[in-house]
Amino acid sequence: MNLLKAAYKVLSRLEGLGIALVLLVLYTVLIISAPTVFTRPMIYFSFLETVPPALIAALGLTLVITAGEIDLSFPAVVSLSGLALAWGWKTFDPAYSAVIGIVLALAAGAVVGYINGLMVARIGVPSIMATLAANFFWYGISILLAGGRQQTLAGSEENFVHELLVGRPFLGIPLQAFWSLALAVFLWFILNRHKFGESVMFIGDNPNVARVMGVNVEATRIWLFTLHGMIAAFSGIVLTLFIGVFYPNQGNFLLPAMASVFVGGTSIAGGAGSIFGTFFGSYVIGSLEAGVVATTISGYWVQVVEGGVMAAVVILNAATGKADFASLLNRFRHWSTPERANPELLSKDETR
Amino acid sequence: MSNPLPDSTDQYALRMVNIDKHFGLVRALTDINLDVGRNEIVGLIGDNGAGKSTIVKILTGVFPPSSGELYIAGRKVDFRRYNVQSAHAHGIETVYQDKSLGEKQVLWRNFFIGRQITNRFGFIDVKKQKAIANDIMVNTIGFRGRGITVDSKVSQLSGGERQGIAIGRAMHFEADLIILDEPTVALSLKEVAKVINFVHKIKEAGKACIYISHSIPDVYEVCDRFVVLDRGEIGASIPKKEISLKALDEFLLEYAHGRKDKQRS
Repeated sequence: MNLLKAAYKVLSRLEGLGIALVLLVLYTVLIISAPTVFTRPMIYFSFLETVPPALIAALGLTLVITAGEIDLSFPAVVSLSGLALAWGWKTFDPAYSAVIGIVLALAAGAVVGYINGLMVARIGVPSIMATLAANFFWYGISILLAGGRQQTLAGSEENFVHELLVGRPFLGIPLQAFWSLALAVFLWFILNRHKFGESVMFIGDNPNVARVMGVNVEATRIWLFTLHGMIAAFSGIVLTLFIGVFYPNQGNFLLPAMASVFVGGTSIAGGAGSIFGTFFGSYVIGSLEAGVVATTISGYWVQVVEGGVMAAVVILNAATGKADFASLLNRFRHWSTPERANPELLSKDETR
Repeated sequence: MSNPLPDSTDQYALRMVNIDKHFGLVRALTDINLDVGRNEIVGLIGDNGAGKSTIVKILTGVFPPSSGELYIAGRKVDFRRYNVQSAHAHGIETVYQDKSLGEKQVLWRNFFIGRQITNRFGFIDVKKQKAIANDIMVNTIGFRGRGITVDSKVSQLSGGERQGIAIGRAMHFEADLIILDEPTVALSLKEVAKVINFVHKIKEAGKACIYISHSIPDVYEVCDRFVVLDRGEIGASIPKKEISLKALDEFLLEYAHGRKDKQRS
């Protein structure tokens, strides 16, 4: 009994375990329904190549949502940073053009993020509006500067930076999968073990509490958006290097990335975030489309299945986050009067 | 009075001298002179709009007064450099009715938010923080809540327990003066009793406290002296030994009706 309790305690503390199990179930279902594709390693290697760009952006987005904010502008940063990389690539001496391109790309992301942060923290524009406008604006700038044309990174395959970021030196495992995992571990420590992450959680919980307890709310918000701008730029670098071509409209994974964060268990209300939930959530979202297509059911069904799986996972999150399956059923029974299904809502109003 | 010597103020945790505050044309505080002894619990009583929260905001560094001086433990406060962070450094801690704790956060994080124990890269020493938080809960505030540990979330605590955590945190950080701003609003009687008990711990620990509340019986129970604030001015300052609860109640009632002309000091 004690052993069971201890095991439960350890398991319940493993972040993202629930969504990792969902991923496992998803692959099991896919292996059964499309064995010719999913019993071979090829498809998994392909996921390890294609998922990381959106995954990287979603990891940063997890921090932003934990702070009770939202950033809709990262797709534009993915485009703009790709352009910066491509411009550096063709402009400078091939010996170091890749490094300059990457620095330029990260700087572009930081500038966009910093401006977002200023708008949100200093001027007080709600982040959903500020970053929505920023997304249109910076996509426009990127398309304008690129003249609407794609740009090829000439000789990218032979470049050491390409090899370092998106090469396959060991067992054919794409390195972007490794780097995105490393970023997840790093951001987990930032969120859960660093002063900055604690400030982010308290701000998402209640900015007034954070302020009276001595957290510099304004500076933390500005840093947060700047950090996410740079993370989105990293996503753009990985994507552009991997494809070898910059497309002005690249980075259109706003909704899949947001879905990854939410199926991973991070609450839109802020105050708590699950980095590894987002990690596995990104693989769930990223595997769904290819997976459903591979099962050879009609292509028209793809989005229906995707939406169904997402809804099922977030309903599970909402239920298990509270207590148990019984409370979930109870909530359905009282769907029109949520306060009866959820006594917490009631007691809160009484105590105010 | 206007410029006291350091030793003469040593017995005070706090002195407000001729403090005025106006917002545009509105006078919020007029000529406030308020002393709080080193181990004194002062009850600040007044109607809504009497200026209680304005005093709290000046003391905690949210905004400076329009004129006047503030001495904390005998040292004069430079308002140009005084803000929420430096109020902590001066030994003033505030417990607000509902904005002292992060609801979704675990207790050990709540104890240290804003002044974490970190290494030089800013990473938190979780083990040490948890150990200290546990020590505060068990020894400083005598927390006996069932099944509540430093890993519990604030949302699992009752209202009285939350105030206990906030008071314990304030005491741990060597606060000389703890300001309790309406700590018992919206609490059940049992929870109020808990908070009162925590305030007694402040007295036992030899610290000073400003206790702000609408509930006169609570104020009477814990405070050594009562300061009545009326439309931005101090109307009366009455030591507990000079007045009974009933007399205080009647005094305040008459005061509220504007029939009190006799002023006590």
